[in-house]
Amino acid sequence: MEIDRRKFLQITGLTFLALAAKPAFDLLPRPVAANASSASQAEAKRWAMAIDIEACKEGCTDCITACHRIHNVPDIGNRKEEIKWVWKDSFANSFPEQENRLVESTFQGRSVLLLCNHCDNPPCVRVCPTQATWKRDDGIVMMDYHRCIGCRYCMAACPYGSRSFNWKDPRPYINEVDDSYPTRTRGVVEKCDFCEERLARGDIPACVEACKYGALIFGEMKPEMEVYKVISSNFTLRRKAELGTQPQIYYIL
Amino acid sequence: MYDSGKVILGVAVFLCLASFPAWYNVITSKADYRPDPVIVVSDNQCIESTQYMREYHMQLLKEWRDDAVRNGKTIYTASDNKTYEINLTGTCLKCHSNKTEFCDTCHDFSGVSPNCWDCHNIPKSGK
Repeated sequence: MEIDRRKFLQITGLTFLALAAKPAFDLLPRPVAANASSASQAEAKRWAMAIDIEACKEGCTDCITACHRIHNVPDIGNRKEEIKWVWKDSFANSFPEQENRLVESTFQGRSVLLLCNHCDNPPCVRVCPTQATWKRDDGIVMMDYHRCIGCRYCMAACPYGSRSFNWKDPRPYINEVDDSYPTRTRGVVEKCDFCEERLARGDIPACVEACKYGALIFGEMKPEMEVYKVISSNFTLRRKAELGTQPQIYYIL
Repeated sequence: MYDSGKVILGVAVFLCLASFPAWYNVITSKADYRPDPVIVVSDNQCIESTQYMREYHMQLLKEWRDDAVRNGKTIYTASDNKTYEINLTGTCLKCHSNKTEFCDTCHDFSGVSPNCWDCHNIPKSGK
């Protein structure tokens, strides 16, 4: 086929035009595989926890002990470097924005169990530069210690202080290392992960299992689940809900 | 060439010294050294063929890591359709329980220091 100059320029021009139009074409709405999205919607789980402040026994640390034992959380013995997944603090410190004096006086002096809130809108995930922390489809805010570079942006972003940094090798500070769960290393941030390894086996989180008083209720946010029922039928507080992080730990008053 | 004797002698001495590591290893037969990892296994074969594991265990472990941590996948299906739990301490070290005689032999020889063990536990018996 003979191509003259005019023909060549025409074809070249058309090619560039088609390439330039491609991004615009990509933006056009396309029929989506409808069944795929609706199926994942139906399967979408959402784990949540309710904590009954009244039922939680003062001075009892069974849940903390159980969690920290199975997850090899070290006891550094120094508040500046402490590592914690679950811990207790006073009501006033846990809910500083509560200005209802009656509530304040009822719960004054009571300690509240605190842990990662597994927010629907987690600020730690937004700031992580390596995606070492991310939100799973079932709502668990996960940590990938392999990817964590120890920048501690997430610690600055978390409004709940749920994250701890390993300033030094934690191994010497673990009383008895549980071989079935890895330890962490120096320079990574760690936190509660709702016992995702136990959930994968079909168990409930260790803290819920360890609680003798039934103060911790865990489950999927579905109308037929107990956690859903207690949250919807009681007055609950969430920590710093006004920040819009949508925490998924509900405190029953 | 002036002082050719000295120059040639100097070059010869230099070559001898520069090639010292090579001929020293040949003479003492250290060059023949091959690491010999001791395998204590209950099964006859690892999850894939020995050759594959030798060459690609690092890639396989990285896949396992991403599957287990990020993709929520806990079961690995091998090429012979056998399934294994994705678990370094639980699955790999169940057979290869002797880290010092198995993993370390080759890793030390090839000068690599994988940081798996900073966090992952070695069962008590293998320490």
